[in-house]
Amino acid sequence: MDAAIALTSAVALVGRFPVLAGVDLAMPKGSVTTVLGANGAGKTSLLRLLAGLQRLDSGSARVLGVDLARPERSYRRRVGLLAHDPGLYEDLTPQENLDFALHAVRLPVTATLPSLMRCGISGRLLNTPVKHLSQGQRRRVGLAKLLARRPELWLLDEPHASLDATTRILVGELVEEAASGGAMVVTTSHEPEYSVPMADLVVTMGGGVVIASERGGRHAS
Amino acid sequence: MLRDARLIAARDLRIEMRSKVATWQVLPFAFLSLILFAFAIGPDPTLLKQTSPGLFWLSLLFASVLGTQRSLSIEGDGATREATRLLGIDPAGIFLGKTIALLIELAALEIVLLGGVLVFFHTQVSNWPLLISSLILAPIGLASASVIYGSVTTGLRSTATLLPLLVLPVLAPLLIAGARCFSVATGSRGNSAEWLGILAVFAGIYVLLGIVLYGPLEES
Repeated sequence: MDAAIALTSAVALVGRFPVLAGVDLAMPKGSVTTVLGANGAGKTSLLRLLAGLQRLDSGSARVLGVDLARPERSYRRRVGLLAHDPGLYEDLTPQENLDFALHAVRLPVTATLPSLMRCGISGRLLNTPVKHLSQGQRRRVGLAKLLARRPELWLLDEPHASLDATTRILVGELVEEAASGGAMVVTTSHEPEYSVPMADLVVTMGGGVVIASERGGRHAS
Repeated sequence: MLRDARLIAARDLRIEMRSKVATWQVLPFAFLSLILFAFAIGPDPTLLKQTSPGLFWLSLLFASVLGTQRSLSIEGDGATREATRLLGIDPAGIFLGKTIALLIELAALEIVLLGGVLVFFHTQVSNWPLLISSLILAPIGLASASVIYGSVTTGLRSTATLLPLLVLPVLAPLLIAGARCFSVATGSRGNSAEWLGILAVFAGIYVLLGIVLYGPLEES
């Protein structure tokens, strides 16, 4: 299979500190990869690099056919990132937040309501400003935003954190649906019991480099 | 670019309509500044009338700093700004959208302040076309320069104090030209075309600068 993500000796600096110190990684289209590692191992930096938010300082990185040394702005529309903080506008409702995102990426807003409902945001929550939602509800709105956008590359930073059991199952379902539909999914996790079974590839990072990789539960099944 | 600008302007105005920060904090601040200036000058109608152009523009500039800070806070913290960057919105569209939203809020400020000047400073307008032209041109420069310098200070811990320090000196030509136009429009003698020209050039330069520079500033 052709690698849709191909990183070779990828180095990214924050100031003078190498948050990524030479990452080699290849992931095929339609695959799910889970990145494990201690705090500061470089997991989030890897996601930010893949999202085009972290500059590549040396090495090479090609994602979805785009050279991340010179990513075009339109590349970001093909990528969805669910960070620890889902980055929603506090004074807007979940529905308005999703409508805004869909307008921005030139997609019809018809996906807003079904996506929010799927993620358990319904009834009065639809029209409640995000600032009044709980942390878990915000994460669900962030998930719904990804679901509505249907990006080609899903980047999930600890997607199971702050979620109840039902929503954790939903995360697994959405990841499987995305990968089955041809999207690539990369997640970081401190909870391998949830993330390893849904992954094709499990990568362990330490000190800004990949120190181990093995097959995950999805491939085995 | 224009499509993105419309999207951003609609978002900013929607958030303002809901939070009403400009309505209940920035507008009263501007009006209060004007009234306090009047108290400080005293009851002499001639002196009040003579100082009204400068005080109108000073009140507008000070209030615009608050309005800019509110406009920046709409972009949210680092996570929200990154989420917005990931939508691939044209940075020039973001700049124009934020400038348009701020411009609409400044127009509301101008109306309130103008009412205050006419009532409390015994000022009478003799040249409405000149006054209206200056009140349209000056806020374009004011809003665009404020959005540019606001983006420079975004993310810094000292944004609240740094923004006025950076932007107010830059706005000095606008203050002078705006006050001169106001002065001529309320009966003083002077070359209004020259001052209007300065306002137009200032607006043009900062709109162009914003379109070109906003992207690199946001990325950095």
